[in-house]
Formats: sequence, structure tokens, C-alpha cells
Amino acid sequence: MGDEIDEGLRSELQRQGIWVTSMQELYNWGRKNSIWPLQFGLACCAIEMIATAASRYDIARFGAEVFRPSPRQADLMIVAGTVTKKMAPQIVRLYNQMPDPKYVIAMGACAISGGPFKQGYNVLKGIDRYIPVDVYIPGCPPRPEALLHAFMELQRKIDNQKLSGPNKSDHLDREHPSEYPVPAFGKHDLVPRANPDVFRPPQIERV
Amino acid sequence: MSATSSQELEQAPPRMSSRLEGELMEVSLGPQHPSTHGVFRMNVALEGEIVRKLKPVFGYLHRNHEQIGESAGYLQAMPYTDRLDYFCSMTNNWAYALSVEKLAGIEVPERAEYLRIILAELTRLQNHTSLLGFLLSDMGAWGTPLMYAFREREKILDLFESLSGARMMCDYMRFGGCRVDANDDWIAGAKKIVDLFPKFLDEFEDLILQNEIVIARTQHVGKLSPELAISAGITGPMLRASGVNYDIRKIDKYGFYPRFKFRVPLGDHGDTYDRLMMRALEMRESLSILQQAFAQIQPGPVMNPKVKIRAFKPPVGEAYGRIEAPKGELGFYLISDGSANPYRYRVRPPSFINLTILEDMCLGHTVADVMVILGSIDIVMGEVDR
Repeated sequence: MGDEIDEGLRSELQRQGIWVTSMQELYNWGRKNSIWPLQFGLACCAIEMIATAASRYDIARFGAEVFRPSPRQADLMIVAGTVTKKMAPQIVRLYNQMPDPKYVIAMGACAISGGPFKQGYNVLKGIDRYIPVDVYIPGCPPRPEALLHAFMELQRKIDNQKLSGPNKSDHLDREHPSEYPVPAFGKHDLVPRANPDVFRPPQIERV
Repeated sequence: MSATSSQELEQAPPRMSSRLEGELMEVSLGPQHPSTHGVFRMNVALEGEIVRKLKPVFGYLHRNHEQIGESAGYLQAMPYTDRLDYFCSMTNNWAYALSVEKLAGIEVPERAEYLRIILAELTRLQNHTSLLGFLLSDMGAWGTPLMYAFREREKILDLFESLSGARMMCDYMRFGGCRVDANDDWIAGAKKIVDLFPKFLDEFEDLILQNEIVIARTQHVGKLSPELAISAGITGPMLRASGVNYDIRKIDKYGFYPRFKFRVPLGDHGDTYDRLMMRALEMRESLSILQQAFAQIQPGPVMNPKVKIRAFKPPVGEAYGRIEAPKGELGFYLISDGSANPYRYRVRPPSFINLTILEDMCLGHTVADVMVILGSIDIVMGEVDR
């Protein structure tokens, strides 16, 4: 099912009017052209997300214009804006409610790292502390073109996912978690401060 | 203003009978909800479908704006003001610049004042257009009006981008003027967009304001009496829709607004339809201000050369500068102790104070009407929670 088709044979057959594809290619082709995002805006970046969906930039060209208000129907979560410590548990809960396979785009400096508000006491320093992120878009806010670029990157990622074999996609792996623990409000900060299964910051070596 | 007779207007909003007489059900709307305009939550107690209690829950976007303003210097706070009301960064810049200018007694060159008025009125145009689009999509006209609105908004954002370098977060004004000058091409481009705007406005008004469903959904919904509006501190188009003549452009005479001829539209009934109509009428007045500004603007410097904006230290004192932002009175209150950052930095956001009246307007209406009333208040959570 997951094996590659011989390109020479395929083009030879195509010349004869026979189109050959694999289950994996067909499945990924369908998935990547109908990514349904969760309709969920947090802050300034959400306006650029709406602008991407609106007339000039028209995300419908990528098959992703169907913004779903319910996480149960969504494939993609665009974390568009500043994640505060009050909002972070709700975001993790929304992520847990989404069905597999699911993807996350961290849109803008705030969702990546806290951005300009990083010094604030109420701002989470990046949503990747609690949920896995597939594509990061820098910018404050990123332009609609940047969001479209992120979509194309995500489509490329989906296209290359394997359905079987040792490198098969995470969502097909029964061992791989699809839900992550929701952080709670502690005395001073969210508890835990980061999920060690997801958040692996690079170790800085001091010489 | 409305299509119904005055006798019908005196009637109370239609009351639906409920089988759950007296039994209340609590529903939490938000923070993730398609119609709450950001991360806003309402705890609603319902009797059948009628709202009996409404408790707003804030703070999902509290980003420590005031604390950052107090720890950063005067200049460093300017880009943060863009992110308060992220639809109207230009007017936020102006309000903050105005307060600092009051605090330090800074003169602004004439061309800069005209540029500020042009940019503020362009901001008002794009804010009101997108508000109408969002309000209509809350009512179920999903897509079409928002697409038209955003088509026009993108044209104005192009102007902002070619002038300041950013579509939304312009960071354009400085105390003592504006950061860069606009060249003649920019003025010509802006004039072209303003000339074409009435055509779009006619089309848009035809599309929505005479629509039977819009009238049924908005007239008599969410009435706000002028007495309640004044005592709650409501400002902006929402107050004027209730019939109170209060426009800071006329009262404070800040900038060069006294040099312009424009009218302040007023509503009769203070319902959602009047608030919707108010935005459409205000856009017409903004267009007239813009045409006058293009005719009056003269070449000259845009920055007061005496102001050292880096390492800026105003004298000891306090100042409150306010402007008529598209959503209402936006004010910045600054206390200076003579050092490089303000001792106290306080924002008076129009959305937050206009939102406090939400429960009074929603009681007795259905859940579906709550979304329309909330949409007509015109809130932006970045400004509400700061």
C-alpha cells in the first residue's frame, strides 16, 4: 500500500491512457486539499486570518475556506494571537477535542514565543509548550501571504506522510498520544509549566 | 430612519412564551465562539430561549499593556498602542501622541495635523466597513457582506502599508508629528480611493440597510435609553445612536477638526438598527472630511525638529489626552515623574466601557439577539482586556 510506484512504468501507462496511483497518494491528495481549520481567533493575528479567508487572498483556492466553529469537525488549529495563561487550558482542551489526524499552525510571534508581550506576567511563552506545532509563522502579525505559505508547507507535509511502514504517520500509531494533559491554574503559574512530552527546548551549552 | 410607524416603535420588544416558566438554565458562551469577536465569554441564564441574566467574563486576552507602558519608555510604548484596538492602530497612535504632547507641551506642524486627520478618518472608514460585515455575518449573512467589506478594507490597508510599512500595526505617529512624510503619489492614491468609496457605500447600503431580514433582526432589539447610556459612560457611535449629541471632535476641538465642516449623525431609538445606520452615516461624514483635507493640505515639515523622541523625558506633571476613535472616546492618562518612563500609564478604552452595558441591553431578548447586540457594540478584545 505504501510502496512507491515505478515512475517509468507510471508514465508508460499514462501514455496508454491509464492513470495509476497508490492508496497513499490518493488519500493524502484528498486530505491536503480539504484542510478544514477551526474558526478560532485569539488576537490581532485573527484579523489577518480573516483577511486571508476574505476576498483578496481567498484561502478557498487551497480548499481550506471551510472554517468550522466546532473542534469536532476541524483538521487544523490556527493559533492566531497571544495565548494568555487564562486561555491556554481552553486551547489544549480544544486541541484534545479535535479528531485525528490534526495539525497546528502557530501564527505570529505571540503564539510562537510570547512575542512583544513575552515580559508580561499573564502571557504564555509559546503554545508549543503544551501542544505539538507543525508550522510556525513569524511576524507581528504575519501577512496573509505568510499564512498561505504556511498552508502550502502543511500541504507538503501531509503529502509526504506515510500510511504504513516504520515511518508511518503519527496519527496511525496507536502508541502515539492524541490528547495532551490540560494545564491547571497553580498558585503562581500554570501547572505544569510545560509538557515535557511536547516541549523540548534546545539545550544551550555554555563554553 | 426606520420603515415602521412611530406607534409600533413604542411597543416593548416581542416576548416569547416559554414552557420552562421560571426554570433557568445556565449556558457558557465562549471563549471559543464564532460570534464573540475574540476571546470573550458570557455566562447566560436562560429561561427557554430568553436571556434572564448575563455575566460577562473578561481577561482571556489580558496582555499587561499598562504595565509594559510603565516599564518601557515613552517611545517604546507607541508600537504597543497599535495592538490595543488592532483594527484602528492609527487612532490609537494619535491618542497616545496627543497625551504626550499635552504632557510636554509639544507643538505639531500643520502638515502632520492634516495627515493625522486623513489617517484617522481612513481608519474610521475601514473600521466601520468591517464592523458592518461582521455584524451581518453574525446575523447569518455568512460570507457575502464580509467579502465586500474586506475588499474595501484591503484598499485602505494598502495605503497604510505604503505609508508606514505595515498593514495593521502602523506605528506611524510620533509625539511632535508623524514618522515619515506622505508624497504626492500617496495623496493622489488616497484621493482616488476616497472618490470611489461612495459608490461602494451606496451599493452596500442597498444590500443591507433596506433588507427585510436585517430590519426584523435589528429594529427594537437591544434598546439603550439616552439616560442609561450617559450614566454608564457610553461614548462614540453607540451613544449617538441613542440620540445624545456628543462627539469629541466637536467638543474638544483637538487637531484641526474646527477647520472642517461636518455633521454629527444622531439616532432616534437607540436600537441595534440605529447603531448599524450610525456607522453608515458616519462613513459619509468621514468622506466629506477627507475631501476637505485633501483640498487643504499644504507641503511642509511633518515633525517638530525640537523634540528628541529618543531618551524623551517630559517634565513632572500629568495629562489626559482623548480623541474620538471609531469606537468611542479613547483616552490615555499619563503621570510623569520626570524620568524616562511614565509613573502611571492608563488607557481609557471605548470598547471596555461600552461593553459594561451589555446585560441591560440583552435582558428579555433571545440568545440569537445577544450576538447581534454584542456585534453592534463594536468591541475588540485587545482593547477590552488590554
